Amino acid sequence: MTGLRGEAAIVGFVELPPERKPTRPQMFTIEQYARLAKAALDDAGLDGSAIDGLVTHGIAESDMFAPATLSEYLGIPINYGEVVDLGGATSAGMIWRAAAAIELGLCEAVLVIVPGAYNLPVSKRRAPKGFGYFGASSNNFGSPQAEFEIPYGNLGQNAPYAQIARRYAAEFGYDPRAVAKIAADQRTNACATPDAVFYGQPISIDDVLASPMIADPLHRLEIVMPCMGGAGVVVTSASVARRTKNRPVWVKGFGERIAFKTPTYAEDLLRSPISQAADRAFEMAGLTRSDVDMASIYDCYTITVLMSVEDAGFCEKGKGMEFVASHDLTFSGDFPLNTAGGQLSFGQAGMAGGMHHVVDGTRQVMGRAGAAQVRDCNRAFVSGNGGIMSEQVALVLQGD
Amino acid sequence: MDKPMPEPTPVTQPFWDALKEHRVRIQYSPSAGQYVFYPRVLAPRTLADDLEWRDVSGDATLYTFTVTDRATAPPWQDSVPQLMAVVELDEGPRVTTEMVGVDPASLQVGMRVKPVFEDHPDDGVTLLKYTTA
Repeated sequence: MTGLRGEAAIVGFVELPPERKPTRPQMFTIEQYARLAKAALDDAGLDGSAIDGLVTHGIAESDMFAPATLSEYLGIPINYGEVVDLGGATSAGMIWRAAAAIELGLCEAVLVIVPGAYNLPVSKRRAPKGFGYFGASSNNFGSPQAEFEIPYGNLGQNAPYAQIARRYAAEFGYDPRAVAKIAADQRTNACATPDAVFYGQPISIDDVLASPMIADPLHRLEIVMPCMGGAGVVVTSASVARRTKNRPVWVKGFGERIAFKTPTYAEDLLRSPISQAADRAFEMAGLTRSDVDMASIYDCYTITVLMSVEDAGFCEKGKGMEFVASHDLTFSGDFPLNTAGGQLSFGQAGMAGGMHHVVDGTRQVMGRAGAAQVRDCNRAFVSGNGGIMSEQVALVLQGD
Repeated sequence: MDKPMPEPTPVTQPFWDALKEHRVRIQYSPSAGQYVFYPRVLAPRTLADDLEWRDVSGDATLYTFTVTDRATAPPWQDSVPQLMAVVELDEGPRVTTEMVGVDPASLQVGMRVKPVFEDHPDDGVTLLKYTTA
């Protein structure tokens, strides 16, 4: 099996507390990138001179040449610069690319930063760009989505995720209480995490089921709420990792699978790409599912978590509802899952939402999760999910 | 707010032309032995350069659906509930569509469905929607 040797590590992180209404100063994404990079480096005990690589999702101020623009702005020449465009799988996808570049000897220390505040400063002279309502779908001429999806109202995420849940119900049955328990248990974790947007607001399964139906069978409390924030990490070689402040979190294995854009065209809507990605990640790491002490699974919706738990191999396909109903998913439970609340309860800071799971796993393995710390946590499984379960990344992280 | 309408491309034009005549015409790759949707320049997976157009019945089964209480985007504000569906053509490919003329409560995964050709003369296109067979 080829792959990572596990000799690159996450050594520092930053995750801003998500907020529903912005209170922090407005910043361009390039400025956010710099501030977040500084904070992640401070956390590691490094300074900018250590950095010789960077990864970005892109910057709002420049449609092209993002790595070069960031390199220039930060004043940091790099041996490795990359743009990753995998939606919610972007952050996890960035981590393995950074680790691979380090193991190839291209670089020693890579910034992996994802700004997540969309209240950018507004020009007094130029007309606002406007986000429109197309979101993650492209209405450009010639785009398959413009021609075969958007005219039928197939926009946004709620409806397609609901379609996945509906198909799941037809094939495996559907226990709304079991699925709602995912949201309730994660909220318990958020209530032990002061930075979580829903800190101090516990919810029950009944609360989840009593919240308004948004796209049948998905209720409002099963759907992620967009916030403002930002997150990032520094990934370094072993030699740099040894002179940082934290317990290094080694990137032991990864897998990535990109299968389609619109779920209509999935070969099998209920077998998500994470299955191939997770198999590869565990095989690369030389570990099994039971070796993992916590899992941080991309949770834009409860159905995403349910299917990812199955498809990543933590339980048999179709038995996810039994699995979540019979396990305690809280940080002190027998299957600690999304221990800071997940995006559902910690908050989804836009594109930085995917980084939440990387930071969740990192925080636990570093032993820095405070009241939500999983006891004796040495290994974490992290997933990223982009589009409508269409592009997925698995990571296996491990402490010394 | 106007709903966005499809704009055919040189490659996809035969599909839209057929819909205007209330027929369903999709591509087929003889070497792959597979029907293809949506229209492309090459066969998906094999990239065989042998796609040809074939008329099909359009008959399908309902693969999955959702009934949205909130509009998926502003142009559908006055069109809720939207009966958002994915149907599987008898020939294999799946198609994104909307169910029309049905009681939302009667929708069931696996039910037989048939095409409804929804003409939009102002835009010069016909949309492929579905209803109970």
